[in-house]
Amino acid sequence: MIKWFPMPSQGRRSTRPTIPTGRAAVTTVLVLSTLALAPPRVTGVHSARRAPPDNAAGPYAVAGLIHMARSDKAGFRADDRGIAPDYNRRYALARHSKVLIPAFARKFSLPCSACHTVWPELNSFGQRFRDNGYQLGNDRDAPIWQNPSYFPLAVRTTPQWHLERTTRQPVDAVRGDPTSGKVERTITQQGFDLSGVDFLMLGTLHKNISFGFIAAAEDGSLGVEAAYVRFDDLFNSHWANFKVGKFELDNLVSEKRGVFLSGNGGFYQNYHFAPVGDATTFGLGDNQIGAEFSGHSANSYTRYGAGIFGTTDGESGVAGGRAYDASLTFSQAFDAGSLGIQRIGAYAYVGQRPTVFETADGEPIAGTGTANKPFQRYGVAGDFFFGDLELMPLYMRAQDDAYLGTATPGDEPLPAGARAPKWNGGLLEVHYYLDQQNVLTQRSEFIRMSQQAFPSTPGNLGNIDAYSFGYRWYPMMTSRAGLAIHSEFSMAKTIGNVPLSGLGVGLPPLSQATAVWSRSLLFAVDFVF
Amino acid sequence: MTLYTSQRRLIVTLGVLVFAAASVGPAQEVRIGNLTGHAAAGKKEYRRFCLGCHGPDGDGLGENAQWIDPKPRDFTAAVFKCRSTPTGTLPTDDDLYHSIERGFATTNMPSWLPLTGQVRANLVAYIKTFSTRWSEGHGAPIVIPPETPHTVESILRGRALFQKMECWKCHGPAGRGDGPSAMTLTDSKDHPIMPHNFSDGSRFKCGQTNEDLYRVFMTGVDGTPMPSFADNLKPDEAWDLVHFLRTLQPLKTPEAAVWKPWFSTHANTLKPIGPETEQH
Repeated sequence: MIKWFPMPSQGRRSTRPTIPTGRAAVTTVLVLSTLALAPPRVTGVHSARRAPPDNAAGPYAVAGLIHMARSDKAGFRADDRGIAPDYNRRYALARHSKVLIPAFARKFSLPCSACHTVWPELNSFGQRFRDNGYQLGNDRDAPIWQNPSYFPLAVRTTPQWHLERTTRQPVDAVRGDPTSGKVERTITQQGFDLSGVDFLMLGTLHKNISFGFIAAAEDGSLGVEAAYVRFDDLFNSHWANFKVGKFELDNLVSEKRGVFLSGNGGFYQNYHFAPVGDATTFGLGDNQIGAEFSGHSANSYTRYGAGIFGTTDGESGVAGGRAYDASLTFSQAFDAGSLGIQRIGAYAYVGQRPTVFETADGEPIAGTGTANKPFQRYGVAGDFFFGDLELMPLYMRAQDDAYLGTATPGDEPLPAGARAPKWNGGLLEVHYYLDQQNVLTQRSEFIRMSQQAFPSTPGNLGNIDAYSFGYRWYPMMTSRAGLAIHSEFSMAKTIGNVPLSGLGVGLPPLSQATAVWSRSLLFAVDFVF
Repeated sequence: MTLYTSQRRLIVTLGVLVFAAASVGPAQEVRIGNLTGHAAAGKKEYRRFCLGCHGPDGDGLGENAQWIDPKPRDFTAAVFKCRSTPTGTLPTDDDLYHSIERGFATTNMPSWLPLTGQVRANLVAYIKTFSTRWSEGHGAPIVIPPETPHTVESILRGRALFQKMECWKCHGPAGRGDGPSAMTLTDSKDHPIMPHNFSDGSRFKCGQTNEDLYRVFMTGVDGTPMPSFADNLKPDEAWDLVHFLRTLQPLKTPEAAVWKPWFSTHANTLKPIGPETEQH
């Protein structure tokens, strides 16, 4: 048997020599059969939407299951260096992780502001509309009532100028001479850019049967971000809805509906973080493939969702093995009078990842993963209004199994001293609505390792501090199209690791104790029709 | 300190302007339960949720109005379909509040239930700033007597009333909204309007309960050809009509549960609804 590992996340690229090694050398990268069976991951806006970094990586990242027969665990690093810049570019582009559908506005003759606080973030009315399967509940939701010329398509893109600056990036001491050693420099990259194009199609197939299809195109590639069918109001009850396909997890603080776009701000660090050396492939902000049973009260103030998902972190194919992940979400909103609606919720995601695969002629066999090892993400989140001020806090507690944390095959003994990595994360996003066409935004986000996989690893290795500041102006507010003038400054500090965001060279600093700052400045015209 | 004449004039002028602004500004408030709606706050919400259809001046001429059928309400005319008050009178604040909350089935007006009660109350207050007619006050809500039993006899009486009151001329003999007059109907703004089709199972615009349907008979639907029958129907008769209309809907209503078994064995004994019956 060859031992397979899920594609390690960001931490993999900075695995340190301090991590025990000692396995036989085979450094061939074995790309699961899904590489041939499934389309390659689309880079650019596609992965930007999915988020960032890690599990999306590189030309050989398929199904989150690039599995290596390694000479040693630290051997992860060397081959990765070559692909890192391209890999990083994808999430340096403005993220469209956002879903807004002017096609709905056109269909129902409602302005953007009816469903969005500011698009793409949903307000309470938009949330209920979404929970109802994109139905207003006016007995005219079925497609048969629509003008046959109506087509539920919206297109979004974001021309932009952005600057990315990343400190302490290891570069060749002598340009063009890889043998000259490495020195740390600040890398600055800037220029006009384009985010790619999103195609958003959502609507109803029939009364109480809705669908969603979201594709992202960039550089000639087209990727499917979401594709699902939802059966609404089963048993004639809002409390019973069933969705199957690929879709966003029911996150109270939705990354897909965020109002930050830059390389550093366009995703939630918490939703994609993995400790250094960790082999877990999962992002809470990634769309997953599976099924979800959900329900809500008539006004959607009470909401719940329970889902079961494959282990490929949203990649098509059944490469992951025979295990499943499970998610559970619940939230409750309260009418606080003139303050607005206050919502608080909790979430939990429990998953497994295979660590060992059967092989044929030395090649791993898709879907035969065994020796599954667990990981967990859980926490609380909220969405609170104080008039025109909105606060969105989130707390996350996370833990990966020691095998995943140390990238050890499940049928082998753990390295001495190995233990489950654990960490805490949190964020607070603040929106101040000057009016329905102007919003000031700010976000602070933190990740703190509480237990490293090895006692010898510095306690703060991988810690992240991230801050974003933005302003969006929506010069028009119609029921036909959306336009926003977007400006943003975001920055993230990562301890001893390659930044989860920004551009740079995609490599960790030369010292584990080094703090790397990655900064983004973005001016964009964000439009959707 | 001595003020020059020009300064005095300026101060007086400013004072008058401030007073005038305070007097004619949208200072209306409404009381709905324990909520106090403020027109000033409602203006902002109106811009967010309502302006696209009802227009910045509340005249129903928002940018989407041209694509919408039925047309958005013209708040400047202050004529409202769904009321608890007699025909020709203004609705209560509660009526407006619940209209916003409920929405209007089969139209572009959705239910705004997810908004806070305060927001809906503010919207009511602001909507009332569009017409001076509100100074006359709203009508007194009608009294709805207890519902009579939904028996076969009640349904048969309602059926006879459906014929006698000529409801079929608009709503059609089978309630499909295809009566001989259906295509000629217009609302108070001369827009074509279709009578309610009971047979497609759509909900009623002014509420789903039997009480809501009773209220429609007795208050009429102002601004449409649907009159008030308050002077023509006794309360028991109105309930009979409610019970009959429920049997026209393809729904599992209590009235249908009573009616269908009886009708399956007695259909031949009934005269068809429509002009032929009139001739006899």
